[in-house]
Amino acid sequence: MTLNSKIPAGPLESKWKTYKSTCKLVNPANKRQLEVIVIGTGLAGASAAASLGEMGYKVKAFCFQDSPRRAHSIAAQGGINAAKNYQNDGDSTYRLFYDTVKGGDYRSREGNVYRLAEVSANIIDQCVAQGVPFAREYGGLLSNRSFGGTQVQRTFYAAGQTGQQLLIGAYQALERQVAQGNVKMYTRHEMLDIVTIDGKTRGIIARNLVTGELERHFGHAVLLCSGGYGNVFYLSTNAMGSNVTAAWKAHKKGAFFGNPCFTQIHPTCIPVSGDHQSKLTLMSESLRNDGRIWVPKKQGDTRKPNEIPEEERDYYLERRYPAFGNLVPRDVASRAAKERCDAGYGVGSSKQAVYLDFSSAIMRYGRVEANKKGEENASEATIRQWGMDVVKEKYGNLFEMYEKITGENPYVVPMRIYPAVHYTMGGLWVDYELMTTVPGLYALGEANFSDHGANRLGASALMQGLADGYFVIPYTLGNNLANDISVKAISTDHPAFVAAEKEVRDRIERLMNIKGTESVESFHKRLGKIMWDKCGMARNAQGLKEAIEEIKALRKEFYANVRIPGEINEFNPELDKAGRVADFLELGELMCMDALDRNESCGGHFREEYQTPDGEALRQDDQYMFVSAWEYKGESQYELHKEALDYEVVHPSQRSYK
Amino acid sequence: MEHYNMNLTLKVWRQKNKNERGRFETFQVKGISSEMSFLEMFDVLNEQLVAENKEPIAFDHDCREGICGMCSMYINGRAHGPWHQTTTCQLHMREYKDGDTIVVEPWRANSFPVIKDLVVDRSSFDRIIEAGGYISVNTGNAVDANAMPIEKHKADESFAAAACIGCGACVAACPNASAMLFVSAKVSHLALLPQGDPERKIRAVSMIEQMDKEGFGSCTNIGACEAECPKGISLENIARLNREYIGAIFSGDSQNA
Repeated sequence: MTLNSKIPAGPLESKWKTYKSTCKLVNPANKRQLEVIVIGTGLAGASAAASLGEMGYKVKAFCFQDSPRRAHSIAAQGGINAAKNYQNDGDSTYRLFYDTVKGGDYRSREGNVYRLAEVSANIIDQCVAQGVPFAREYGGLLSNRSFGGTQVQRTFYAAGQTGQQLLIGAYQALERQVAQGNVKMYTRHEMLDIVTIDGKTRGIIARNLVTGELERHFGHAVLLCSGGYGNVFYLSTNAMGSNVTAAWKAHKKGAFFGNPCFTQIHPTCIPVSGDHQSKLTLMSESLRNDGRIWVPKKQGDTRKPNEIPEEERDYYLERRYPAFGNLVPRDVASRAAKERCDAGYGVGSSKQAVYLDFSSAIMRYGRVEANKKGEENASEATIRQWGMDVVKEKYGNLFEMYEKITGENPYVVPMRIYPAVHYTMGGLWVDYELMTTVPGLYALGEANFSDHGANRLGASALMQGLADGYFVIPYTLGNNLANDISVKAISTDHPAFVAAEKEVRDRIERLMNIKGTESVESFHKRLGKIMWDKCGMARNAQGLKEAIEEIKALRKEFYANVRIPGEINEFNPELDKAGRVADFLELGELMCMDALDRNESCGGHFREEYQTPDGEALRQDDQYMFVSAWEYKGESQYELHKEALDYEVVHPSQRSYK
Repeated sequence: MEHYNMNLTLKVWRQKNKNERGRFETFQVKGISSEMSFLEMFDVLNEQLVAENKEPIAFDHDCREGICGMCSMYINGRAHGPWHQTTTCQLHMREYKDGDTIVVEPWRANSFPVIKDLVVDRSSFDRIIEAGGYISVNTGNAVDANAMPIEKHKADESFAAAACIGCGACVAACPNASAMLFVSAKVSHLALLPQGDPERKIRAVSMIEQMDKEGFGSCTNIGACEAECPKGISLENIARLNREYIGAIFSGDSQNA
C-alpha cells in the first residue's frame, strides 16, 4: 500500500483555498440523513461535533468522563497561537507556518502546517464570538504574550486557564446542538472497537461505563478525537483517564500509526516527590516569559537558592541560546535541564530539578509600577510588593497551584521544576483530509500525527485541536460523505456489528478471568518506568532493544497475573483501567520499535548516538526525511510504511536558537 | 518543608449502586506521606483493597490539577475538604497528622444521585447549560476578534465567573442543595460580554426553569456555596442572576428576547 497524503497541488498559499472551493458538498436535506460518530469531547471533538451538528449532520458524541466539559483540553494553561499580527511585530501566516515547521524539526507536512497557520486567525474570531473571555488590554483589545520557539507575540490567553475557557466555549456550542437534537451525547461511555463493513468504517462498539453494557452504534463516518497517549509513561501531565484505547483499537483494525516515538517532554513541571505520585503537574510555558531558569555554578551546591549570589548562578539557557534565551522550544529546554542535572548541578532533595526564578521579573514589574505611580524613591520592599501584584495578575493561579502541591511560596523561593511527559506528536496517520488509512475513519487533534513533526511548539495544541474541529473537518468530511448520500443507515444487527461486539466481549472476559494477584496500577507503573528510562528524554539502540523485550515479558505477566476486582456489568473503574493498560502494553512496544528504527535525533526524539558536538539533535535528512507509518500485522508484528516529506518552500537546516 | 508519615482512620461511604442503601465503612491506612495528595492517599487505600481481594472505592477524578471539576469528595463535612479554594485533588496530606480520622462522603443532593460509593451523577448541570448557557453563534459566523473592544474590567469579571469548573461543590455545600452559584456563574460570564447580550433575557429564564425542573433547592443567601467554591466564584453573581431574571420576567419579552 502506498500512502497518499492527498496534499492538493499548487502553490502552498492556495492549496487550502483551492480545496475549499472545489471539494464536494452535501446538501442540507442529505446531511440530515448522514450520521457521524465523534469519539472524545476535548477541543477537537467538541468543536467538530458542534460544527457538524450546526451543519445538519446527525451526530453522536462519546466521552468517558461524566461530562463533555471535563476532557483534558481543559487543563491547557498558557495559550493559543494565531497569526493575527495584532502586535504589529512582524507576524504573518507564513511566519507561524515557518516557526511550526522549524519547531517540529522538519518532520511535519508543509501543506498541513500552512493550512493550520491559515485558519488560526479564524479560531480566535470564533472563540471571541462564543464568549471566550481572553485577556484584554485597557483599551479593550486582546492581549498577547510570547511562547517558546518564536520571536513574536502571537499567543492569546485567559490567565493560566486558556484551555478551560476554549473548551467551555466549544462545550457550550456542543450543548446547544444537544438541546436542538442535532447531537446526541453519550457520557461515561468508552469506545472499544470500530466496526467496518465493506472496507468502510460504519460504527463502533462502546461500553456504558455505568452499567457495563456493550452498545452498538452506527455511523456513516467515525471521528477519533481521543487525545494523546502520554500516559503510557504512567507519570505524565495527562489526566488519569487519558488513554490510547480508541486509537489503538482503530490501529489494530487497519489504521496506520504515525511516528509513535515522537513524544514531547515539557521542560517546566513540578518535580516528582516520593513513590506514590500519580501524576505530574505542568507549570505553563508562559512562565518562561518572565521566569529565568538557572542552576548553581557549583556542583552539588547545598545552599538555599536565595543564598546563592547572582554571580554564582548559571542561567544556562540564556548562556547557551542567547537569541531565544529562556524561550527556546520545549525539546531544547528539556534536554538542557537534563544535561545540567546529569552533570551534577541539579537542585532540591532529589537533585533532579532546576530553578525557575521570578525575582528579577518581580523587581522589573515593580519598577514599572513605581514609574507609573511617579514614586521614584519607593523602597525596595514596596517595589517588590508592586511587582508581586503584577506577577500575581499574570500567573496567580499557577503560583497557587505550585504552593498547594509543594508547600513552598514561589513569590519568595524560586520554583523547582523538571521535565515531564506532556504531549504526543505521534498518532494515527491521516491524510490532508484527516482520514486514516481506514476509509470513513478520521483522526483529529492530538490523536493524529499530522502537524507538529518531531516537536510541538507551545500554544499550538489548542490551535490544532480547534482548527481540525471547527475549520477542517466540516469541509473534508463533506467531500467524502458526498459519495455516501445513497447509503442508508445500516442496522446494528448486521453481522459485522455482532462479530465486533463478540470480539470486545471476549476481550473483557479474558481480562476478568485472569484473576491473578497484581493490581492494574502496579503493571502500569512498571510499564511507565521502562518507557521513561529507555524511551524517554534520551534513547539509545541498546536500551530500546532491552525495553522491547521487557515490555513483551511484562505483557505476558499481565495476562497471567493481573487482578481485576468487581464484575463486568457494573461501574468498575478497575476494569476500565485494565483495558487501557492492556493497550498501553502493546503501544509501548511499538514506540520503542519506532524509536529504534529512526537512527537520527530530531525534535523530542533524541538518540544519544546522533548528536552534534555541543549536544544538539542531529538529524539524518538523507535517510529519515519521512513519516513512519506502522501497520499492525499481529502481536509484536508491524510493517513500516514511509511517507516521504517534500519541502518545497522551507529549506531544512540544522535548527539554531542561538 | 519537613515531610512525615502518618497512619489514619478513614470512614468512607460505600454504596453499590443508586438503588441500594449505602453505609459507612472504616479503613486503616498506614505510612501515608505528608507529600501525597488526598487522592493519592485513596490510591494507596485502593491498592491495599485490591491486594486483600476486596473491591476498591469508586471515586471520580481525572486531571488531578484542579481544573476538570471531576473530583468531588465531601471531607469531614466540607465539600473538597478544609483548604480554601481547593479541589479534592489539590488537597495535600500535610493538612493531616498521625492518628487523624477522616470521614469521606459523596456530594449529597437529590439532583446528584449516587452512582457508586463516592461517584455521583451530575448530568443535571449539563442539562442546565443546554437550556441556554451559550451564545448562539455557528462556526464561521464570527467577525474579527478585535472588532468589538470590551472594557478590561468587564472582561476580567466575566472571566472570573467563567472560571467555574462545574464540580458541584456549591450544591453539595448548600443546605438547600441549590445550584444558584453554578447557574449565576454562567449567566454572569455571558451577560457581562457584549456578545452575550442579545440572548441574556431568555438565557436567564430558561436556565432557571431547567434548574427548578432538575429539583435543585432555592437560594436563601446562606453563602456556603461561595465559601466552599474551589474557584472563588462570588455571591455577587447570584445577585446579578436575580437582576437578570427579574429584568427578563418584568420586561415581558423573555420568550422572544
